[in-house]
Amino acid sequence: MPAIEILGLEKTYHVGFWRKQAKRALHPLQLTVAEGEIFGFLGPNGAGKTTTIKMLMGLVFPSGGTARVLGGSISDPAVRAQVGFLPEQPYFYDYLTARELLEYYGQLSGIPGQERRQKVKAMLERVGLGEAGNVQLRKFSKGMLQRVGIAQAILHDPKIVIFDEPMSGLDPMGRREVRDLIEQLKQEGKTVFFSTHILSDAEALCDRVAILHQGQLRGVGAVAELTANVQGKIELIWSGTTAPAALKAISAELHVSGDTVRAVLAEDRQESALDILKQSGLRLISLTPVRSSLEDYFVSQVGPDKISAGAGS
Amino acid sequence: MKASGKVTIVAGLLLLGSLAGSVVLLRKIDRMRSHASLEEVLYISSPKALKRLSLGYDGLLADIYWTRAVQYFGATHSQGSEHYELLAPLLEITTTLDPHLLVAYEYGANFMAAKRPNGAGQPEEAAKLVERGIESNPHEWRLYYNLGFIYYMELKDYPKAAAAFSQGSQVSNAHPFLKVLAAQMAQHAGDAEMARMLWTTTYESTQDHMIRANALAHLRALRVDQDITAMEERIEMYQKRTGKLPESFADLIQSGLLPGVPLDPLGHAYKLMDDGRVEVRTPDDLPFIEKGKPLGYVPPKVPKFLPSD
Amino acid sequence: MNRRVLHIARNTFREAVRDRVLYNLIAFALLMSGAAILVGQISIDIERLVVINLGLTAVSLFGVVIAIFIGIGLVSKEIDRRTLYTILTRPVRRWEFITGKFFGLAGTLLVNTLCMAVGVFAALLYVSHRFQRADGWVLVALYFIVLQFLIITALALLFSAFSTPLMSAVFAFALFVVGCFSEDLRGFAAMAHGAEKWLATAAAYVIPNFSALNVITSVAHGQPVSGQLVLYNTIYALIYVLMALSGAVLIFERRNLK
Ligand SMILES: Nc1ncnc2c1ncn2[C@@H]1O[C@H](COP(=O)(O)OP(=O)(O)OP(=O)(O)O)[C@@H](O)[C@H]1O
Ligand SMILES: [Mg+2]
Repeated sequence: MPAIEILGLEKTYHVGFWRKQAKRALHPLQLTVAEGEIFGFLGPNGAGKTTTIKMLMGLVFPSGGTARVLGGSISDPAVRAQVGFLPEQPYFYDYLTARELLEYYGQLSGIPGQERRQKVKAMLERVGLGEAGNVQLRKFSKGMLQRVGIAQAILHDPKIVIFDEPMSGLDPMGRREVRDLIEQLKQEGKTVFFSTHILSDAEALCDRVAILHQGQLRGVGAVAELTANVQGKIELIWSGTTAPAALKAISAELHVSGDTVRAVLAEDRQESALDILKQSGLRLISLTPVRSSLEDYFVSQVGPDKISAGAGS
Repeated sequence: MKASGKVTIVAGLLLLGSLAGSVVLLRKIDRMRSHASLEEVLYISSPKALKRLSLGYDGLLADIYWTRAVQYFGATHSQGSEHYELLAPLLEITTTLDPHLLVAYEYGANFMAAKRPNGAGQPEEAAKLVERGIESNPHEWRLYYNLGFIYYMELKDYPKAAAAFSQGSQVSNAHPFLKVLAAQMAQHAGDAEMARMLWTTTYESTQDHMIRANALAHLRALRVDQDITAMEERIEMYQKRTGKLPESFADLIQSGLLPGVPLDPLGHAYKLMDDGRVEVRTPDDLPFIEKGKPLGYVPPKVPKFLPSD
Repeated sequence: MNRRVLHIARNTFREAVRDRVLYNLIAFALLMSGAAILVGQISIDIERLVVINLGLTAVSLFGVVIAIFIGIGLVSKEIDRRTLYTILTRPVRRWEFITGKFFGLAGTLLVNTLCMAVGVFAALLYVSHRFQRADGWVLVALYFIVLQFLIITALALLFSAFSTPLMSAVFAFALFVVGCFSEDLRGFAAMAHGAEKWLATAAAYVIPNFSALNVITSVAHGQPVSGQLVLYNTIYALIYVLMALSGAVLIFERRNLK
């Protein structure tokens, strides 16, 4: 049984004073997340990631389609008890201390008293708030709130965790900790579904990713699979202060710094580029292949100048 | 993913059920409190203080008290109660809050002054109320008219009535009739014709439907009394001529004493009785009549003059 | 009662206390003691009258303002600040949230009113040196005031289930004012004609009936309150609360959180 099945979920918002104007935030989306995997949900700002997650959590009602979580519906409290959720830019009751907040959430999740107190204590330690447990949340920094958010999402030991941008607002150390935590969660056999902009995190963590752009799915699969299809690139560096016009025409990037020039171009242009250099009598300093990354794939799918237009759609 | 159907049904049923329940209870509470809420006006010893307390919203508060007064009078009237002790304080509060609410004075002149069961039977208080109205609104001929009306109809103080009418006739825009009323008061005080003129003026000049209905009922009664007086004269003439009473109106018509079967103001034919008296067919619908009532007629407790009756 | 409803209610109460809502009691205490001392000095006959009138009116107004303002915060603020996200994604049903919030606020208002009631009775004791039997009716008036608070809270909740905080406050306050004249409104309706009459009657029966719940004046004059009125008012208030809460649940169940 898949952990999450998104079956044609779609959302149209009605905006304007009379709600006449329709705005398509998500086109019908088909997506399956297997149990035990870490799944990255990527896309630029406004792609529809948060919208999808909110529908998945039953906070917003879809315009069409359904979703199944652990084979059931999210409207069933028993299913919700198995899911942990961290919203985007979380905000909590700021008159409570971190400990009180977690206690309250533990109560709502139905964790019995004795166990709850132990869990809250352990959880505060785990997210690095052992010291700040008795401080009111109104005195918390953004990153500390994010940590509280993560703590409340995993407090009740859910089978599935859904994080909307778990790394946002965290310092480099914090990001590393969250990465480790997500990996631990996988080790514990949980399914993790998270959205992010930070591609390096996704690349390092995810078993599979999906890329969403303007409400449409642009690609799903393991990172290696996705990047395999992206054309490789090479980096050329030669000495000089200008680039020949013919070389300029085939380069994707060109930088002049001091008395060296650096150009990046597609792998299959390597021969012609070397020919041009030879003809112009320029001295080649280095030629290095550039490893194609998830970022390249991402840019190729959603970038402003889509190199391989139409792929994946 | 959708709103839970069970919750919707339960909440929907609860909503409808409690809506119905609240209406039932409101009716019970209202019945219990019909006058309880009004009795608090008895605690308002100083309407002037109330005006100060209304924080400048005295116009609105006056309107509220005005509706309360009308409601109170209407409800008490249709219950057949003869006690209107709250009418005077309600009108006093109303006119203190808004001294320019003319209809309130007019209402007082018509219903506070009138005898029971048609009114509160407090003509002196009514006259005072209207006099205060004149102080605040010296250019309203209607108030002088109302004052004269109370003096004439209820207090039978004809000189004072004449004085009020002539004062009113000097106000600009005054109804030209006021001058006539003032002039005729000396000679014709107590005449049916005089009363008719007054009720007609009331009927034509008022905006209030209850006052108008009341005036109409009085005008009808005056006509019935006049009709019957006239008919009784003819019957007497017939008897003198033939030595017997007419058996029907047809006898009178044949002998040329009547042009046709006479109809009362409601359009019903009068009844000629065996003993030569004339009666109306629907005495309940013609309150205030002096003549034409069946023998031993007991009027309903509440005179029927309201338009809804 | 449902555990989760209880937890939500308790947390709501805690929020009100931590937000220093009960600080209004200090203002109230100052008002009452000032009034008692002043009245005690000037008038002999009407001191009880003034203390009861002033005290109960203050209790009622303070409470109404509080009921509306925290009542609105119940749902609107939580939607606005998105604190609801982490509540409703737990095994908490939406109706449980509404109900829990209602009980939490009702508890807050009850505690608040109890404290103010102590203040009123202290002032009464100060001016007349002993309690009289008629003072018992003051308790009934206070009870009616609490019933008013419950109705207003439920209404504030209803409005905040679909409107912005500011609009909810405006709606709730408007309904409170209109509701104080609901008997007069039913009077107006009875005097209307035709289609207007139907509309006016329907409106007059839907708005809350605060007229019958206000017995301050008669109680201040030592008049008794009939047991039947106490019974009917109690049932009416409970039914009205149920109605407003059902409406709130119906709307909230369908609401998209922003
Ligand atoms: N309540 C709303 N009303 C109208 N439009 C909305 C609403 N919420 C989101 N949208 C629109 O839907 C689209 C998708 O928004 P969404 O928040 O899902 O993007 P996102 O992928 O989470 O972006 P980000 O990375 O910036 O968080 C956007 O164009 C946004 O303007
Ligand atoms: Mg987002």
